[in-house]
Amino acid sequence: MSTLSLTSAFTLLLKRDMTLAYRRRSELVNPLLFFVLVTAMFPLGIGNDPKLIEAVGPGVIWVAALLAALLSLDAMFRSDFEDGSLEQFMLSAHPVSILVLAKILAHWLVTGLPLFIAAPLLAVLLNIPGDAIPTLMLTLILGTPVLSLIGSVGVALTVGLRRGGVILSLLVLPLYVPVLIFATDAVKTAIVGIPTTAQLSILSAMLVGSLVLAPLATAASLRISLS
Amino acid sequence: MIVRFFHQMGSPRYFYGVAGKLIPWFMVSFLITLVLGLYYGLFVAPPDYQQGESYRIMYIHVPAAWMSMFIYVVMAVSGLISLVWRIKMTEVVVISSATVGASFTFLALATGSLWGKPMWGSWWVWDARLTSELLLLFLYLGIIALHSAIEDKRVAARAVSILALVGVVNIPIIHYSVEWWNTLHQPASITKFGKPSMDMSMLVPLLTMAISFKLYYGAVVLMRARAEIVERERNARWVQELVQEEAK
Amino acid sequence: MVANLTCKRGTSRLIDKTEDNKTYSNIVTTSAVSTATFEAQSLECIRDDRVLFDDLCFTINPGEALVLEGRNGSGKTSLLRIICGIRLPESGKVLWEGTDIFHLGPEFHEHTAYLGHKDGSKQDLTPLENLRVAQGLGKARESITLEEALEQVGLFGFEDVPTRNLSAGQQRRLAIARLLVTDAKLWILDEPFTSLDRKGIEQMERLFEEHLKRGGMAAMTTHHRIGFKEEVKLVRINLSDR
Repeated sequence: MSTLSLTSAFTLLLKRDMTLAYRRRSELVNPLLFFVLVTAMFPLGIGNDPKLIEAVGPGVIWVAALLAALLSLDAMFRSDFEDGSLEQFMLSAHPVSILVLAKILAHWLVTGLPLFIAAPLLAVLLNIPGDAIPTLMLTLILGTPVLSLIGSVGVALTVGLRRGGVILSLLVLPLYVPVLIFATDAVKTAIVGIPTTAQLSILSAMLVGSLVLAPLATAASLRISLS
Repeated sequence: MIVRFFHQMGSPRYFYGVAGKLIPWFMVSFLITLVLGLYYGLFVAPPDYQQGESYRIMYIHVPAAWMSMFIYVVMAVSGLISLVWRIKMTEVVVISSATVGASFTFLALATGSLWGKPMWGSWWVWDARLTSELLLLFLYLGIIALHSAIEDKRVAARAVSILALVGVVNIPIIHYSVEWWNTLHQPASITKFGKPSMDMSMLVPLLTMAISFKLYYGAVVLMRARAEIVERERNARWVQELVQEEAK
Repeated sequence: MVANLTCKRGTSRLIDKTEDNKTYSNIVTTSAVSTATFEAQSLECIRDDRVLFDDLCFTINPGEALVLEGRNGSGKTSLLRIICGIRLPESGKVLWEGTDIFHLGPEFHEHTAYLGHKDGSKQDLTPLENLRVAQGLGKARESITLEEALEQVGLFGFEDVPTRNLSAGQQRRLAIARLLVTDAKLWILDEPFTSLDRKGIEQMERLFEEHLKRGGMAAMTTHHRIGFKEEVKLVRINLSDR
């Protein structure tokens, strides 16, 4: 297969998934609402001391993003598994990892990107100073794709299971720890006013690494889940 | 050459026989090293000049923590072998290792917590080592949960192999990130090894215990693998002959 | 008339060819050197501890169709999933032009089209959009447009209706249209006639026949007795008799 047909298969699938998401656009706000609601719960749980809220703010936003990502992960392959589309992908004339990458990208565009857009609002709610908001957004745009990529492996392994959802969180959350640590640390460092190049570089490295490895692992996992 | 060795070991019947002969040797040497290691560690080795007698829990804690990492690597390697060459026996090793590994991880956590009480004054501190160990326990539990959720055992073994590989790539990153996090939040945490190098009288029992734990792991994995083989191959002729022989 | 299929391991398989369908003839190639386009060697399949089949062999060449028979649970679907590369056999291998399909991967799949129990169409997309995806996933067939394919399966005028609004039979027709839009030589069909009416079945049989006449191949299971009009070589395997 030529590279041209590879790119066309990639864009075809991306377009397909975006069309499907658009036809069900009412469902798109759900992860976003969840993200906002969870974040709003924290001040209610820990009290309204502005100092305290500011101290936990970055962590709260990122934990909420983690949970929102986890919540929407299951939908990545579920409907394709149920209607048999996934079988057709496995039997396509293109490498499965390329198709998987298109699906992950589509999934991130409809679930990860909205979190990035909503982040400034939440930052204000949690007293995060304005100077640190660009860093928060940077960590989200670097970190949430990693969540989708790592998550795709977990979804692929559990897609055929009846009670896959609970196991999925057990499989995926420990693997999310590095993203959580470096992202929140970057925001906290930015609040103090220290450069955050180190953390952001590490996040970028994780993005590149998972971009290369995750689609391969996901493709292999899907093969196993379907056999 | 290596591939041929694995293919030979890959024959369930051959593996079953060899494993059966090896288990007693593993068990005996495990018991010997265990008794020696415990005796020297608990009675012969001198008390620590900072921590007094309470440091002696190290002789369980440290080898258990080593084992928890070691077993995960063994699991990932046998997972890779079973995915690439589709050898049944390494699949069995992956599954059999998971529970043993989880137990050692739990042991490391429990002893770490016991050790932490006199040192830090609380049962749990978010210390880098303990936190990494806790995350490792979650990884093990994920593997066990996934394996039990998939009905077809061969599919389950392959799925778990992939998960072990993903985990083994992530463990160094997780460990590094936890270290990073820990140094930022708790710069003054007490390290367990106050001295840069350990005295020989302490090191020798520690290594003996480490060897002892590895022998135990070897014995248990072989036993579990044998059980798993008989269950998987229960329709094969050699297993039925075996059962009839045992019945006599 | 009974043919003898000899497998590598030396056991022989009996294939019953006393079919009342008078128009076809059965020829089974048993050449020693593998020159077959599609070949299965000593396949074994185990499910839940039960050996569904073992030492199963067959060959298909252009213009021939493999028809799997057998009662429910005899392993027809499992066999189809093995030969299209979704499922791994317990032992044995499947060869495409002499190479193991497991090693070929996508290079094998550009020659195949699979129609399983599930249609593989998205309910939220229109038939045309579904076909476009199907075509993009395989190697596009130049000689046919998507609209023509829909017309051939009797879905003319339904191009832009959401697939969810089609009847079960129409959705099956759409799934069959998927076979037409790629250049796949080997069609692997699992009960392709499910929920089709009698006229639909006849139409689809014509399409399969044309595919075989073009030099295509098929492997299929069906409870329906296939009535091809012209002479088509069928290789029948009954999994219940094994």
